[in-house]
Amino acid sequence: MGQLGEVRTEQVRLFDHDSPLVLASGQRLSEVDVAYETYGELSPEKDNAVMICHALTGDAHAAGWHPGDRRPGWWDTLIGPGKPLDTDRLFVVCANLLGGCQGTTGPASPDPATGQPYGLDFPLLQVADFVTVHRALLAHLQIPRLLGLVGGSLGGMQVLEWTLSHPDEVENAVIVAASSRLSAQNIGFSAVGREAIMRDPEFSDGQYGARGTNPATGLAIARMLAHITYLSEEAMATKFGRRIQDAEQSGPGFGVDFAVESYLRHQGDTFLTRFDALSYLYLTRAMDWFEPFSEHDAAAVAAAGTRVLVVSFDSDWRFSTAHSRAIVRQLEAARVRVSFREVASPWGHDSFLLEVPDYHATVRAFLDRALDRSPAA
Amino acid sequence: MTTPSPVASRRRRPSRHLNLRDDLAVVADLVADGSRVLDLGCGDGQLVRHLERRHGCTGTGVEIDPEAVLRAIRSGVSVIELDIDAQLGEFGDDSYDVVVLSKVLQATRRPAEVLAQMSRIAPRCIVSVPNFGLWTHRWRLLRGRMPMSRQMPYDWHDTPNIHNATLVDLEEFLAEQGFAVEQRILFDAAGRVASWPDRLANLMSGAAVYLLARGDEAQRRASTTA
Repeated sequence: MGQLGEVRTEQVRLFDHDSPLVLASGQRLSEVDVAYETYGELSPEKDNAVMICHALTGDAHAAGWHPGDRRPGWWDTLIGPGKPLDTDRLFVVCANLLGGCQGTTGPASPDPATGQPYGLDFPLLQVADFVTVHRALLAHLQIPRLLGLVGGSLGGMQVLEWTLSHPDEVENAVIVAASSRLSAQNIGFSAVGREAIMRDPEFSDGQYGARGTNPATGLAIARMLAHITYLSEEAMATKFGRRIQDAEQSGPGFGVDFAVESYLRHQGDTFLTRFDALSYLYLTRAMDWFEPFSEHDAAAVAAAGTRVLVVSFDSDWRFSTAHSRAIVRQLEAARVRVSFREVASPWGHDSFLLEVPDYHATVRAFLDRALDRSPAA
Repeated sequence: MTTPSPVASRRRRPSRHLNLRDDLAVVADLVADGSRVLDLGCGDGQLVRHLERRHGCTGTGVEIDPEAVLRAIRSGVSVIELDIDAQLGEFGDDSYDVVVLSKVLQATRRPAEVLAQMSRIAPRCIVSVPNFGLWTHRWRLLRGRMPMSRQMPYDWHDTPNIHNATLVDLEEFLAEQGFAVEQRILFDAAGRVASWPDRLANLMSGAAVYLLARGDEAQRRASTTA
């Protein structure tokens, strides 16, 4: 397997004052920029495009290297020459979500009406809005139809929304470690994360950008909490156990006694350098309200002939196999061509980002089949 | 019970199920064109793929062996990984026209529960089983050894088959479960389609395929809930 090498993030203005973005709620955004990356070549027939939908804190940089970085894109194990999403044969697109903070317009972006960051004046978003913006990106790239649409966690939820709302545009959909309806426990975790941010005095009612403050404490705590839900108990036991962080220094006290505490603190702190507290609020809220099967008839997916692959991980308790099975049940009952696998992996929800051989083999098999369709198809 | 007709129909159309394993060709013959088929224990999905490509069917496979699931997905068959013993509740009432259970019933923990689920999911079921009552099996037992044969190739301590039955046992059980046998196709010890008179079937057959219809009570229940 080869490497993609150096890649770069592009940015394009897809909606402006003359053609504003109309959200599912009816509200409007008069300026929307989108950050995206592409890998591989679009075929002359434009029939080899695969769209990647990222998770809550992901970004457009899914694969390859940015100059000077110590790590490649977040899904580099899956995307590249000869990899399951084979860029020798596929044209892969990944874009930052609406409401995000890594190149696509979000609540920290300046409101064109005031020149100041939107803050809490930014309209509430739905997963359908992420789809609207990414469809506009594909129109800009002159891609009429996707050979594949792939996403994990929130990205998988976006894939599900997109497939249900526009099945004719999606030939093959891959939904990994996702949910079609968050549980009370899921919403509870999100709520605590949001509370940590909003109760941070530096949150300043969401106007921290204009006031020069930053709810770093709240955002770091939200990230630490969420990170625990991304790992299984077994994964944390394997990684840290009860290891003492520093046998010389860390006596019993209220500092960083255990290695796991150091790790979580590090996760919280590094998160601050790349994520915005308002984006965290807006994107988690969109997840809480997501309930696509109450809005769309899955029979349209069956009629379009779209094939769907749903994958869960047995140690994932953030979006457990039960969540994936619920998606499969709805699709299968509507006679959608759906395949499902529960992959054994000890790493919990995070497994979808890791190189789990059985998982990658499954995605590879599904997309290899998609690529060897007959000329008539 | 009508046994001879499907055999005759197979012989008239030898190329109908080209490239399909023999036992699967017999099963395929029992599936009406255009049916919606659920294949429990679908392996690499050969039967579903064949029915979809050649007979206008739509289908779903169920399999638990990871390698087989991968091959099914690669070949374009929709396959759902689940445990037939515990998770058939995932499928809706009457969501299929026919449910196929090929050489799996004897490997399930609770065959009665599996059959009850199948009859809930579709009005017709196709079940194939090895026959413990085959004369060579009886002969091995008389000589003091556990039966082994082409149809049942496993050592007693290393076999997935935990609920072996003779055809007589099985037919009694199917009747108790409320099924009517619409067709029965017998195979000889080498796996070829054969036809024997009823009184020899349990002695001579290495395996059998049954086309089953839900009994009256099941149908009445279905119509009242509809």
